[in-house]
Amino acid sequence: MKFSIQVNEGPYQHQASDSAYQFTKAALEKGHECFRVFFYHDGVLNGTRLTTPPQDDRNIVNNWTELAEKYDLDLVVCVAAAQRRGIVDDGEAERNGKDATNIAPRFRISGLGQLVEAAIQSDRLVVFGD
Amino acid sequence: MSDLHTVNKSPFEKNSLESCLRLSKAGSAILLYEDGVYAALKGTAVENMIASAVSDKKVYVLGPDYKARGLADDRMIDGVEVVDYAGFVDLVDANDKVQAWV
Repeated sequence: MKFSIQVNEGPYQHQASDSAYQFTKAALEKGHECFRVFFYHDGVLNGTRLTTPPQDDRNIVNNWTELAEKYDLDLVVCVAAAQRRGIVDDGEAERNGKDATNIAPRFRISGLGQLVEAAIQSDRLVVFGD
Repeated sequence: MSDLHTVNKSPFEKNSLESCLRLSKAGSAILLYEDGVYAALKGTAVENMIASAVSDKKVYVLGPDYKARGLADDRMIDGVEVVDYAGFVDLVDANDKVQAWV
């Protein structure tokens, strides 16, 4: 079955990011397909490579990147939410005149249309949030 | 045609569980996870709400979240079923729609 996942919360406020990650991992391990993971609202904070949690803390950003590498996941960060919260890739840095980028490997910034497409193309859309 | 409803907040913090149980149809599956697992405990103010829900709905608890909060298995309301993340995936697979009461 084809799943898509929507993540509405950042890694340090509530449990949503972890629940979404554990669910996605379990689905992939069971042989399901994940069409897309869409990060919306504070969920975009899952996609900064500049985060440096203590070594004995789980690193949710790296976890997503590693899962994406293993299963070729499409990790999409909402552009409007990203601009507000300072999540920047090369294109956004150039467009908005920023002096740096911080998007984590395997993440990409795109629009809300990607969420709509994910909902249409997938058998199930599962939402994790506050 | 059945729906899966997910509830991730404690019933002592938000009224999302109450809304979910009031509006979901008979035959629906309800998954309590994150702080939502507190609703599955015996002897609380919402015990009757869950105990009556299990008569015409299936109520599940995400085991890892229940355990992570140090809750004992013998304090769980009868008729509530425990699933792990793989079981959560199976519930999403088995139901036609997933409604998150976030």
